[in-house]
Amino acid sequence: MAADLTDTTDLAEAKGQDYSRGDYKYGFVTDIETESFPKGLNEEIVRALSKKKNEPDWMLDFRLKAFNKWKEMKEPRWANLRYGPIDYQNITYYSAPKHKPLLNKLSDAEPELLKTFERLGIPVDEQKRLVNVAVDVVFDSVSLGTTFQSKLKEAGVILCSISEAIQTYPDLVKKYMASVVPIHDNFFAALNSAVFTDGSFVYIPKGVRCPMELSTYFRINDKESGQFERTLIIAEDDSHVSYLEGCTAPAFDNNQLHAAVVELVAHNRAEIKYSTIQNWYAGNPKTGEGGVYNFVTKRGLCAGESSKISWTQVEAGAAITWKYPGCILKGDNSVGEFYSVALTNGFMQADTGTKMVHIGKNTTSTIVSKGIAAEQSHNTYRGLVKIVGKAEGARNYTQCDSMLVGDRCSANTFPYIENHNASSQLEHEASTSKLNEEQLFYFRSRGISFEDAVNLIVNGFCKKVLDELPFEFAQEAKNLLTLKLEHSVG
Amino acid sequence: MPKNPILEIENLSATIADKPILNGISLSILPGQIHAIMGPNGAGKSTLAKILAGDPAYDITSGTVRLEGKEILELDPEERAHLGLFMSFQYPVEVAGVSNRQFLQLALNANRKAQKLEPLDDASFNKLLREKMKMMDVRDEFSERSVNEGFSGGEKKRNEILQMAVLDPKVSILDETDSGLDIDAMRIVAKGVTTLMTPEKGLLLITHYQRLLDYIKPDFVHVMIDGKIVLSGGAELALKLEEKGYDWITPEVGATP
Repeated sequence: MAADLTDTTDLAEAKGQDYSRGDYKYGFVTDIETESFPKGLNEEIVRALSKKKNEPDWMLDFRLKAFNKWKEMKEPRWANLRYGPIDYQNITYYSAPKHKPLLNKLSDAEPELLKTFERLGIPVDEQKRLVNVAVDVVFDSVSLGTTFQSKLKEAGVILCSISEAIQTYPDLVKKYMASVVPIHDNFFAALNSAVFTDGSFVYIPKGVRCPMELSTYFRINDKESGQFERTLIIAEDDSHVSYLEGCTAPAFDNNQLHAAVVELVAHNRAEIKYSTIQNWYAGNPKTGEGGVYNFVTKRGLCAGESSKISWTQVEAGAAITWKYPGCILKGDNSVGEFYSVALTNGFMQADTGTKMVHIGKNTTSTIVSKGIAAEQSHNTYRGLVKIVGKAEGARNYTQCDSMLVGDRCSANTFPYIENHNASSQLEHEASTSKLNEEQLFYFRSRGISFEDAVNLIVNGFCKKVLDELPFEFAQEAKNLLTLKLEHSVG
Repeated sequence: MPKNPILEIENLSATIADKPILNGISLSILPGQIHAIMGPNGAGKSTLAKILAGDPAYDITSGTVRLEGKEILELDPEERAHLGLFMSFQYPVEVAGVSNRQFLQLALNANRKAQKLEPLDDASFNKLLREKMKMMDVRDEFSERSVNEGFSGGEKKRNEILQMAVLDPKVSILDETDSGLDIDAMRIVAKGVTTLMTPEKGLLLITHYQRLLDYIKPDFVHVMIDGKIVLSGGAELALKLEEKGYDWITPEVGATP
């Protein structure tokens, strides 16, 4: 984090002020008492973190092993991203509200937090909330609790914080954590494995169709803390779950680091649908100052036959996005999907895509990526489709479309294909277009306003992806795209 | 009492990239009148249509255009539409992922809003759309398809007139609506247009051939060459043009090539 962190008056100033950070309505700070570790990362911090969370020895060992690996690793710089050096010793690795709600009931949180939830649109009161969505909230480093516990329990579904899972379901965590993303997988995964503080844990037992959408809301509030969340979802044979995460952060003039690891495991005929609406603060749209650095490792393992993992993401925030949610298609007839909209404006940079690794027979994968670049932003699709020698009859369909808005932005596509089996079928379609003046004129000549015309065209461009989002969130995603583009066009 | 023109073009000149493309066009359409503009390729006919609709690609160098007495050249395309102007495109644009229904409902309600009318809800709009689709003899699936995407040339043109039927404009400009239509489709389109054309409205047909005018009979025919109207007459002028082409006009009217 290259920015100056010495000025502590910023926090106070930020409160109740517009802060002129564009139209990012989530850019406010919640003024609550927090408990934080000193800045910096060393073995002592890792030990202290583990102790703070009352973790068993195996968890501490896991962290220390990861920390030692991380020290030997180098930050990857192969992506199409430009940013200054990140000072890992200038980050706080633990920050939490002093007063956690009791009884794991979000609606009992302190008033400042409740106000925050309201401003973020998080439904914590079970009476008032969206029908059929259970919510967990992760605030800086800790989970604040989950709604709808009893209804989920009835179905046998576990949705809790990963911290709680480590205490309550150690065998499951031990068995699955790092089974899909090994601790040494990459620099940021190793860092996360050493210092992750919280995240969600989901377990769907055999034959259970999760009765509601599960969702986690991630909020970075502290100016100097990183957020390292860890999510693990396990779907046993013949089960089904749909999970959604949303992310926001205050508008600070320095950068916050977010390095998450998400692992999914789908057993025989199980299906996991994982959706993300990412709206981290993207930095000042005029100067590029501030914004979240989003380095995320997400991977799903289709372990069983005919299992299915589907990633849908709307990436509309963060100064830097480095993220390639992938599927390892190990089970025969398993299916992997990746639907992505990445929208960049201002000085945002995104390098995102997917990895589909075909191992089992007759495995299929679908990739639909829509990149929209506006203003001075850079938008890159990077994807790998790998078909190993024994993956008979594998199929992939890839569609990568980019739309440029204005003439100062750029879009790039880097599709990699590694095919080791002659029986496979791969299709790749790609296009790049400019937000079309003729389309705009056509719509406007029918009486549709300029803004509505842009929205219709952009949402039409992204339709294939937006259609994949759970109903409750599709409109939210559309509104987000609209809001983001409103000032980038014209 | 003499009627006021519903559309009045006065000495309109325009350029694109500094190249003159319209050179002092004047034309006045009274309510209930159908005018046709004919002329060879490159005469500026489509340009005139697009400029009237507000295409920002052109620079207006002189002249005025009034719709029901209101000056419109300074208005945005959507504001002109709100006043009741409609242009059927020669080459309708394809827009992926936006259904015809979505597009038309938004357009109609934007126009209603400008006229301080309540928006039509889904049920009332669907009823209206079904009725107009029947009139244009298009299949039900039409409304759910993406705007013009994968449509044949004829389907696109029919879709333009369907839009006209839904929006019910005061002045319609049809730019080469007949091109790409077979005889049956042409009959349907012509019937639709004629049904929509009521005594308080105005219609400007831009066409290369006389064919469409067999079905929609104009009150006046204007010949446009090199960005100017060089000759005006009644419906019989179209027949003469069909027979003799445009070459004879230049010496007769003294227009320099």
